[in-house]
Amino acid sequence: MGVLADIEKKHMKTDVTEFRAGDTVAVSYNIKEGDRRRIQIFEGVVIAKKGGGIRETFTVRKVSYGIGVERIFPVHSPLIEKIEVKRTGKVRRAKLYYLRGLSKKASRIKERNTRENQ
Amino acid sequence: MIQGLIGKKLGMTEIFDDEFEMVVTTVVEAGPCVVVSKKSEEKDGYEAVQLGFEEAKAQRVSKPLSGHFKKAKVKPQKTLKEFRADKDDLQIGDIVKADIFKLGDFLDITGTGKGKGFAGTIKRYGFARQPMSHGGMAHRRPGSIGQASSPARVWKGIKMPGRMGGKNVTIQGLKVVNVDAENNLLFVQGSIPGPVGGTVYLKHTSKGGV
Repeated sequence: MGVLADIEKKHMKTDVTEFRAGDTVAVSYNIKEGDRRRIQIFEGVVIAKKGGGIRETFTVRKVSYGIGVERIFPVHSPLIEKIEVKRTGKVRRAKLYYLRGLSKKASRIKERNTRENQ
Repeated sequence: MIQGLIGKKLGMTEIFDDEFEMVVTTVVEAGPCVVVSKKSEEKDGYEAVQLGFEEAKAQRVSKPLSGHFKKAKVKPQKTLKEFRADKDDLQIGDIVKADIFKLGDFLDITGTGKGKGFAGTIKRYGFARQPMSHGGMAHRRPGSIGQASSPARVWKGIKMPGRMGGKNVTIQGLKVVNVDAENNLLFVQGSIPGPVGGTVYLKHTSKGGV
């Protein structure tokens, strides 16, 4: 499988921002409008990271006008301009699907202490 | 222009295409192929070239074939296959590379499909299954295979269990999403026949526009 691994590596990004489930991120994503492209920012909580290698994806959830919205992004997509970590969250699970059933107040996540914010 | 090429299936993965969308692709090592012999309108009634793919050890090639390679002054090849080509396009000994295919081309890919062994009628022909419970005891049987005392025999061609797969399969209209001519790699959207490492024949599609 050596050849395939090399091919995948070529299509993968080398400078992926590090983040975990529970973190709040702002994803700058290129979207196509007719024949021009513009950047849209999608900000929310990372509720899952899935897969590995070039197939790795992450799910971002936000509540927009009272309606929960989730988007799945491929980590290595060339359409992602940048990922900004707004807040690191302290959670005890890798998949935060339980947030879907919770009210806004109950779905608050405590801040995780990192080297930067101390 | 030459119509096709011999290749080897390397496996499947996902890559980002020219629109930056993620697509499922099969990676094919396409060529380099060497022209071993030519057919001509005057002599054979049609124009074509015979391509060879992958060098073989001299002792693995039969005597008649090694004479064929010696005549063309090329090294012994593992696979030989004829493709249609225009008359003065290629000469014996020329190398054909993956760059005869471009991004966005559509291909027909032929290979020997994976063998499925002795398969029942459900897997082999898509027959319906009978009840697994509620008193049904037929489960995966084929059911009736014909009439009674007239004709008092089973019609020819009735679909029954038997060997499945391991036959030549062609998939038409597969899109090329990336070409790496330097490393002879071709990225085709979707799956192609045969196991990883199997030999496949790539051709420009016969399906017109698609």
